[in-house]
Amino acid sequence: MSAPLVSARNLTVRFATQKGPVDAVRGVSFDLGREKIGIVGESGSGKSTVGRALMRLLPRSATVAADRLVVCDTDVLAADEKIMRRIRGRRIGLIMQDPKYSLNPVVPVGLQIAETFRLHSPAHAGARAAREATLALLRQVRIHDPERVAGLYPHQISGGMGQRVMIAMVLAGGPEVLIADEPTSALDVTVRMEVLSLLDELVARKGLGLLFISHDLNLVRRFCDRVLIMYAGRVVEALKASEIDHAKHPYTQGLLASLPLIRQPREILPTLVRDPAWRESA
Amino acid sequence: MIAVRDLVVRFDRKGAPAVAGVSFAIEKGETFGLVGESGCGKSTVLRAIAGLVPGHSGDVLLDGRPVPARRDRAFYSRVQMVFQDPYGSLHPRQTIAAQLAEPLRNLGLNGGPARVDRALETVGLDPAFRWRFPHELSGGQRQRVAIARALIVEPEVLLLDEPTSALDVSVQAEILNLLTELRRRRGLTYLLVSHDLAVISHMCGELAVMQRGRILERLDVERLRAGTVEHPYSAELLAASEAYGELRPA
Repeated sequence: MSAPLVSARNLTVRFATQKGPVDAVRGVSFDLGREKIGIVGESGSGKSTVGRALMRLLPRSATVAADRLVVCDTDVLAADEKIMRRIRGRRIGLIMQDPKYSLNPVVPVGLQIAETFRLHSPAHAGARAAREATLALLRQVRIHDPERVAGLYPHQISGGMGQRVMIAMVLAGGPEVLIADEPTSALDVTVRMEVLSLLDELVARKGLGLLFISHDLNLVRRFCDRVLIMYAGRVVEALKASEIDHAKHPYTQGLLASLPLIRQPREILPTLVRDPAWRESA
Repeated sequence: MIAVRDLVVRFDRKGAPAVAGVSFAIEKGETFGLVGESGCGKSTVLRAIAGLVPGHSGDVLLDGRPVPARRDRAFYSRVQMVFQDPYGSLHPRQTIAAQLAEPLRNLGLNGGPARVDRALETVGLDPAFRWRFPHELSGGQRQRVAIARALIVEPEVLLLDEPTSALDVSVQAEILNLLTELRRRRGLTYLLVSHDLAVISHMCGELAVMQRGRILERLDVERLRAGTVEHPYSAELLAASEAYGELRPA
């Protein structure tokens, strides 16, 4: 077995706030290989903070500590900003939730992809090479008329197409690890399918590692290979996606039970009774 | 109880109407669902009924009688709305008590602290919440306040616009349970707009699937649950909602 793409041991993120320190992530450990790992949790569980910590994209008020935090052979805790800039985009890419807010509204999407490509290309690609790469990237994300789409501004494209453009832009750096933070939460269900199957295909074909951050347990169990369940900054349970139905932790069980189901009507939905002990015992 | 007939809403004189001739009727005590994707016009139907969209055509009927174009106190004392985003729908600088008292004042009803306390208790909040501000409340607590604000005038119909889609699933379950219980206890009639078929299936007896401003198909919930929808778009929506599993390469 080759070395994991991401290896985190006892990762802790503490934010300094006016009311004193807050531990957003507490002792999280996992290895990501060429696979899809889902991190599932509710608002404030720390799932996005884990993703940001891997790229060191946290604000100054955050202190990151870990026994080990290695991303693509680089010790993220020891790396200086210059090294981090070489890793971000080129080795590890981030797909965010809403393309509306992540794309530059006054630049055509093709130019935004080309800019990313040129920034990361080792041999300082010229405008023509960047243009060709952009069209190829757009084709990779299943945009069938890339010449036309490349000239459009973000407000002229739909949410699903915007997310595919975002994915093309992230692929432009040729990363081995993708962090996708709620990449389909802003999309309609029928569009969500397209984006997920695209991500699935790219991860399989290029042999990437994917960290899929989501609040949607049902989506993650179908899409990912393994799932980490986070609660109050801790991973309370880690299991194979196929074994979620046999989850042991009461929080995981409670989350599953509280979901309304199309085909299984229940008069009253079971609700979570949060046990303070969940915060402490892993 | 409440019905719409040939409702048409146009935001743009030249373009396609946002709502293009929608009709349905809801019996007292029932929950009717409107489901569809972004831009299908489902929320606009709700807002038009509430009188929040100027210049719609068609009728909104309450007990078979058309309501006035400019909705009056009599209408709002019987029909109230709960909005999607509990972060945006409460005034950030007013206490909960002030916000709960406002609809009473608007409708010229007798207020008083007792009624505010009762409304809070109805939605499962301690009366002590009356002195708090929205930023001191969680998302679920805010949505409870929004429901309390709608219920304080003792309406018969609630228009629910994606009432749980901004909430975590465990909180969603609590709010859906609260709505179910309130409907049963008070005989309320709900019109529920959602993009989530599971929420619609859980709450509604009957539903309509909307696309591009039109109702494509009306179904009772048994047919949705059995998967025997007729329109291809309804089938696509159902498949997409259920079948992330099909993505996995064999």
